[in-house]
Amino acid sequence: MNVLDFLITPAEACQRSGPNDKIVFSSRVRLARNLKGVPFPGHAKKADRLKSLETLVPAVSGLPQMGTDPFAEAMDKLTALDKQILVERHLISREHAAKGVGSGFVLNKDETVCVMVNEEDHLRMQALRPGLQLKQAWMAIDGVDSSLQEKVEFAFSDQYGFLTACPTNLGTGIRVSAMLHLPGLVLAEQINQIIQAVNKLGLAVRGLYGEGTEALGNIFQVSNQMTLGETEGEIVERINKVLLQIIEHEENARLAQLEKKPKVLFNHIGRAYGGLSHSHIITSKETMNLLSLLRLGVDLGMFGSTPKSLVDELFLLSQPGHLQIGHPEKLDAEVRDALRAELLRQRMKVVPPPDHTGVVPRPA
Amino acid sequence: MQCQVCKKAPATVHYTSIVDNQVKKVDMCEACAQEKGVNDPASFSLADLLLGLGASQKMEEASTAAGGDQNCPQCGFTQADFKKSGRLGCSHCYEVFADGLDALLKGMHKGTHHKGKVPASLRRATDVRAKMTKLEADLKAAIGREDFELAATLRDEIKQAKKAEAEV
Repeated sequence: MNVLDFLITPAEACQRSGPNDKIVFSSRVRLARNLKGVPFPGHAKKADRLKSLETLVPAVSGLPQMGTDPFAEAMDKLTALDKQILVERHLISREHAAKGVGSGFVLNKDETVCVMVNEEDHLRMQALRPGLQLKQAWMAIDGVDSSLQEKVEFAFSDQYGFLTACPTNLGTGIRVSAMLHLPGLVLAEQINQIIQAVNKLGLAVRGLYGEGTEALGNIFQVSNQMTLGETEGEIVERINKVLLQIIEHEENARLAQLEKKPKVLFNHIGRAYGGLSHSHIITSKETMNLLSLLRLGVDLGMFGSTPKSLVDELFLLSQPGHLQIGHPEKLDAEVRDALRAELLRQRMKVVPPPDHTGVVPRPA
Repeated sequence: MQCQVCKKAPATVHYTSIVDNQVKKVDMCEACAQEKGVNDPASFSLADLLLGLGASQKMEEASTAAGGDQNCPQCGFTQADFKKSGRLGCSHCYEVFADGLDALLKGMHKGTHHKGKVPASLRRATDVRAKMTKLEADLKAAIGREDFELAATLRDEIKQAKKAEAEV
């Protein structure tokens, strides 16, 4: 089965909802694990990688947590487009997309558990949840990990815990992260203060696609950096507390903006509506930034009954890979910019013009 | 001085940051500094950069202190490999490079001892061992007190525990 046929459609995927999902797109908990006695993928010979792949893909696919008929495939069997779509859906890392022979990928049907085989470690297992649900995500992946430990033995030391290729993941191998939409803090120019404060707490703030990427569309990823010397529960709890505070700051920033500079705010949102509805050439970067403002407008109730799922769907559909679907020839950036504008003009037809009259300062 | 990121161009940008009373320094060329967003306070990759480079610097210092070039007998990984990639070769490397790693981990993590999840198989073995130690101590105490009734019960329990340990 082709991975594109397996994946939930963007329209359905964006229907998923969870607590605090006005500000938190999604929660994710990832565990890094390695097989005992086998070199880490980066230093393993091709034969070793193939062997661990052959062991791990069936072992993972057969877990009760993966449900019936999960998608399991070797990375060299996926096309460049398949991989790009998976990156845009946040199911694999960009690093994993670059992998070929000897690496693999397993995903369950409802896209809540997803496992990369032979990325930087033998296993990168992650649980995904919409909205702020870090504990639920941790419990889910903990279950996957425990079940898998009955089938394979992981590299573990009493002192260092689970051993990983990079010492930054050592111990628990856990990376707890949430993807946040913070237009209020960006508009209020408070985002840098927040990032610095969060960094001081030993947490990392990154852009949309992880390490070293730009924060397009006012979307930020917050995650833990330390993995050793604390229990998983403590890490989850700590980051959850910080996220609740960031949410509060974002809500306050939106309120303050509405009270102090409503014209500036409405101007941004109105222009975003105009740009999205009437462009004929638009880059991915500009689209993301305008969609962020449209989403803010939806949150404030400026677009009637327009659901935020429509905006989230456009976030996905306007990505380069998603635009390429259905076009056998490789589209260049110029063609994509025109296609993207056409898609947006079409889809924006159902969105009524912004109406700021009903917007009164109230909690976001 | 060479750029620590691309290892090609000469370093002209010198970045110093103090995190938790630890000084971290990075020397970069103009292009890499631009790319990593050193001039941009909202930069995201800088923390990673510092962490990564700081790590290999410390490893280097540690390995020099420990007397030079070690390599892992299991996978052949060398200190130079670690410096280059920031990754280790296999789980045995953690023992080979242990001396350097401790200092590195101290700066990187909350502690240097794992406190999280332990594989169930190991946990069972540890539990059994702990139980045995306690039973043996209790037995000794009971014999000391000449409480032979209790001692007999304890002796049976130890027999049971030994059987359980053999099964694990």
